[in-house]
Amino acid sequence: MSFLYETLLAPFADFEFMRRALAACVALAVGAGPVGVFLVLRRMSLMGDAIGHAVLPGVAVGFMVSGLSLGAMTLGGVAAGLIVALLAGVTARATGMKEDASLAGFYLTSLAIGVLLVSARGSSIDLLNILFGSILAVDDQGLFLVAGVATVSTLTMSFIFRSLVVECFDPVFARSVGAGGAWVHAIFLALVVLNLVSAFQALGTLMAVGLMMLPALAARFWSEDISQIVFISTGFAIMSSVMGLLLSFHVEWASGPSIVLVASMFYGASIIFGSRSGLLARWMRRPHFHEPEDASR
Amino acid sequence: MKLACRIFASLLALASAMYPCAAATLKVVASFSIIGDMTARVGGDDIDLTVLVGPDADVHVFQADPKRARAVASAQLFIANGRGLDAWASRLIKASGSKATLVNLTDAVTGRPGDPHAWQDVKNALAYVEALRLALATADPKKAFAYDQRASLLHAELLALERQVRTEFQLIPAVRRKAITTHDAFGFLGQAYGVEFIAPLGISTENQPSAKSVARLITQIRKERITAVFLENIADNRLISQIARETGIALGGRLYSDALSPASGPAASYICMMRHNVRLLTEAMAKGS
Repeated sequence: MSFLYETLLAPFADFEFMRRALAACVALAVGAGPVGVFLVLRRMSLMGDAIGHAVLPGVAVGFMVSGLSLGAMTLGGVAAGLIVALLAGVTARATGMKEDASLAGFYLTSLAIGVLLVSARGSSIDLLNILFGSILAVDDQGLFLVAGVATVSTLTMSFIFRSLVVECFDPVFARSVGAGGAWVHAIFLALVVLNLVSAFQALGTLMAVGLMMLPALAARFWSEDISQIVFISTGFAIMSSVMGLLLSFHVEWASGPSIVLVASMFYGASIIFGSRSGLLARWMRRPHFHEPEDASR
Repeated sequence: MKLACRIFASLLALASAMYPCAAATLKVVASFSIIGDMTARVGGDDIDLTVLVGPDADVHVFQADPKRARAVASAQLFIANGRGLDAWASRLIKASGSKATLVNLTDAVTGRPGDPHAWQDVKNALAYVEALRLALATADPKKAFAYDQRASLLHAELLALERQVRTEFQLIPAVRRKAITTHDAFGFLGQAYGVEFIAPLGISTENQPSAKSVARLITQIRKERITAVFLENIADNRLISQIARETGIALGGRLYSDALSPASGPAASYICMMRHNVRLLTEAMAKGS
């Protein structure tokens, strides 16, 4: 019993920085979980990554204007992310080009501008840290930001949930009944940006994408039902955070990557054991040998 | 035709005779602000100095732009720190096609293998200055006398600084001489003056800490009642602020470890930097006693 306490609870009971890290991670998981699921369902799994890079020039401008201030960098990041996401969306809808193609065009532009701004400033250490975050050093401001974004994100998602589901599976029907596809899409993109930017100072944008996408990808192997997938995904994300932090506490590993690696383990296990489309489930459901293979002839 | 040739040849000879006069100042490149300051002191007006990594910037993660690469290309002498701190120096010399001689100042230093921050011990700064004087005098023997004079002036100032630093630390009881910093840059200072420095990050500014190392540090601060916790000018300070908040310690200020401050700051030269750091350190350590 005391061993269990020592391994699982003592780290959080004894150290405030562990409690803060956990709170931030749980908030991130709750906010980003559902968003990640819809990114997967809409075949936009790589979008998070693209947006994560696209926020860089905004963060850099915020940093230049007022140094390492959370507010300025967050505002800048949100602005840059929104501009890229919206430009990509508008271009795609106006020209008939695929959305991922126009997103690639715009995010690469944005990233280049960001790198240019960072190197013009000279000292690059601070911004490197932003890309990799520092979950062990979340201050009050950061905590409020993450929690606030998670709240806004969850509420908004519950409002647009139905339209999103319809858009995902039957965009033609959604448009014909006037479900406001463009608006729903725009709001959804805004949520992706918000969640990634709020995560940038905790996990760093790159690791934050991992916590957003991996649990969602893993959850897809367990259910067909979207509401269930959302809950499973959020659950995986929270478990990854707790286990990742504990891993980083007991084994001497950096925290951000530990969390994402645990999420990867959930993903790996789901590929094999997932009850809906995991490898084992597929293998069990495989047609038996005595069924004639050429039945169709 | 023959005359024209002869005139042309003599013009050429004249030009080549004038050219070295015009470019007589030795072109020197120093890798970062601290050794840049020392090089400027020894070289004075007799060298044309370019410092690659300026004040408040991190030398570990330097990336060359064309302007700096040009400065390296035309340099005759490249002053670097060595021991991996500015490992990009030799690559930069090769890439820019420079014929500069590379001088690693840490070659003149012994002890703490692998730790590049040798200037934190003033005795090593004396060795740096001697190595600088030699390098400059070898590259431009005609100015050797001027280099010697400036070097011995700086040498005297550094000796005074060394005495001052030693006395100030000796006023603090040995058990109180403990300090927490962001990255492990003060090993030489600690070894020379009997101060124990503890850093949550490893030896470089690029590492990411584990929860375990942060927890260990907090436990140690509580147990040994350490009162000296510092920010650094080039590192990410969010983590150290979190540690200070959790242990209820007031931060002792901003130490300058791997870069000088801009001219208006408290650490515009090597000597100012050492005085500033030692004053902050001793003040914070004295609080606990």
